[in-house]
Amino acid sequence: MDIPYTVTPRADTGVFNAKLGVWLFLASEVMLFGGLFSAYVFLRLGVDDWPGVLDGTAYDRASDILNVPLATLNTMVLIASSVTMVMAWASLMMNRFDRYKLYMGLTILAGLIFLVIKYFEYSAKLSHGLTPSDSNFLAIYFTLTGLHGLHVIGGLIVNGYFWGPGSKMWKTNPAQFTNRIEIAGLYWHFVDLVWIFLFPTIYLI
Amino acid sequence: MSDAAHADIKKHVRVYITVFAALAVLTVVTVAVAYLHLAFVPALILALMIASVKGALVAAYFMHLVSEKKVIYWILILTVVFFAVMFIIFPAAHADQAGSM
Repeated sequence: MDIPYTVTPRADTGVFNAKLGVWLFLASEVMLFGGLFSAYVFLRLGVDDWPGVLDGTAYDRASDILNVPLATLNTMVLIASSVTMVMAWASLMMNRFDRYKLYMGLTILAGLIFLVIKYFEYSAKLSHGLTPSDSNFLAIYFTLTGLHGLHVIGGLIVNGYFWGPGSKMWKTNPAQFTNRIEIAGLYWHFVDLVWIFLFPTIYLI
Repeated sequence: MSDAAHADIKKHVRVYITVFAALAVLTVVTVAVAYLHLAFVPALILALMIASVKGALVAAYFMHLVSEKKVIYWILILTVVFFAVMFIIFPAAHADQAGSM
């Protein structure tokens, strides 16, 4: 069965179906991350010192435990990938499939760089014996950044498909393909948006 | 695609680059402010304000919310309400119990 309204907007909603679907999905994602953010607030409200004692040392600031320069770099990488993602869509709107390939490729590359930096960050923590079970701070740090990292991996799989085999659709149905890139972009920008709040609240405050 | 729509997208591209620059600058600002080691409350307020501006830029321009259909706005308003309720429940429960511990 064909999914209706993949290209033309549905009269009652005014948008093509997949866009409505992705926005509803993102609404559920807000609740998923929101729940964890509120858990984070709850954990902090319950203690006088945050991040608190770790391995016998009392810490006043998360930035004394976490690597702020690396996380700042990762913030820039993710922001850049959001720009290349929206440029990938804009390229399709201008009928420039070659540019689309370039920008989508750059988006995927930036996503991979983000994960490589995350890997170095995590392995530095784990090699010092800092695991989620050591403190509430580390638990919520690993949970929030880990869930976010999983979302980056998910986005990379989707974007990778649309860069590779999925891009064949450009030849048969360019309008639907352009819409697919737009909504894949909505998800990717959302993942960027989560990081924009995660970075200052976990690393800097 | 028509020439008018084409020109329109070109205008969008310029906006995207400007937004990118603004996001990069705000990221530097938020990190710089953190190194000032302000007291917790002003630091939190400032960090959340900067993050909100950045988030709003991403949502408005990259996610095209500046020119979206009503149905999407309604979904988002509902999301904000549910998010706010969930976010308040935990601190409210904490405040409720704080005196009795």
